[in-house]
Amino acid sequence: MDDEIGRRLRHLSPPQEAPDMTTLLDDVNRRAEAEGLVDVAWTVTDSPIGPLTLAATPAGLVRVSFGEDEAAVDDLARRVSPRVLRAPGRLDDVRRQLDEYFEGRRHDFDLPLDWQLSSGFRRQVLAELVQVPYGQTVSYKDLAVRAGNPKASRAAGSAMATNPIAVIVPCHRCLRTSGDLGGYGGGLDAKVWLLHLEGSRLLDI
Amino acid sequence: MVRRLPPFQTLLDEHATDLHRFLVATAGPHDGADAFQETVISALRAYPDLQSDRNLRGWLFTIAHRKVIDLARARSRRAHPMAETPEIAHVDPEPPGDASLWTAVSGLPTKQRSAVVQRFVLDRPYAEIAEVIGSSEAAARQNVRAGLESLRRILPDHARQEV
Repeated sequence: MDDEIGRRLRHLSPPQEAPDMTTLLDDVNRRAEAEGLVDVAWTVTDSPIGPLTLAATPAGLVRVSFGEDEAAVDDLARRVSPRVLRAPGRLDDVRRQLDEYFEGRRHDFDLPLDWQLSSGFRRQVLAELVQVPYGQTVSYKDLAVRAGNPKASRAAGSAMATNPIAVIVPCHRCLRTSGDLGGYGGGLDAKVWLLHLEGSRLLDI
Repeated sequence: MVRRLPPFQTLLDEHATDLHRFLVATAGPHDGADAFQETVISALRAYPDLQSDRNLRGWLFTIAHRKVIDLARARSRRAHPMAETPEIAHVDPEPPGDASLWTAVSGLPTKQRSAVVQRFVLDRPYAEIAEVIGSSEAAARQNVRAGLESLRRILPDHARQEV
């Protein structure tokens, strides 16, 4: 059975004029977008604080996380939809605004946000956080107060730690009441870098 | 049990190259590219409703196999509007590469062609081939055997000497 014809079949190669894989996949991607079949589009972009993984739904930007975050993409497949495709085009505007921000030319983001990955009190805290302007900081306690529960600074802290849309929902602007840096998902160096970019005065630096 | 379907992109990253090879080898270079796009779009459309994350590769190739059958049917309707011969195959004009072999493969009935390509071009186990063509493992073996026998018959002697 496994004779000469089998051997030749194993080496049966596609003809030269067949389009290459990149072109084929680009075409499929474009058609999937046009037919509304991409529930989550994601890409990875470079930034001065390292690579950022960006993801959007048709409703808006749903995730910004640090590094090339495969776990975040898997999580989106589970929590939003498994129709997840790498589609950098959908994130061009996000990338452009981030570039401008990192170059100091942009202070506010003008992007639709999809909040579906956060809920309840955490979401209220993040909604308050978005109101904190460029160059200013806020304490975990202040945020808890603004979100309507003065005793919940710990919960405000966990809202920061689970912020699905880093940088653009500016959890780097949240410090301890003492002025201590607190924590940061992207590492404290990144937090300090962002606060310096925004010209924030820090007590312990 | 919770379904844990991976991101669709992961399926593409893992299987797109094989899927394309399968479709080019079974549907020909021109129709293969179209069938590739049709297969991926159909799969993407159906993906969220998939009940199990078991054997996603087999699922993807089942869709591809059906596209090849649809193509063969559409072709035979065009070629023989009166005849009811869904398994008739189409011979690509001047197939490039290992020309005589391409022509011979494209002349096989769809199921045999699909089974032979999966077995030899993609090196897949009979259990998977059976699942893709919707048959028993024994029938999958039979399709591969019959396909190879036809190829031996169809290929002229001089072509068999080529390497």
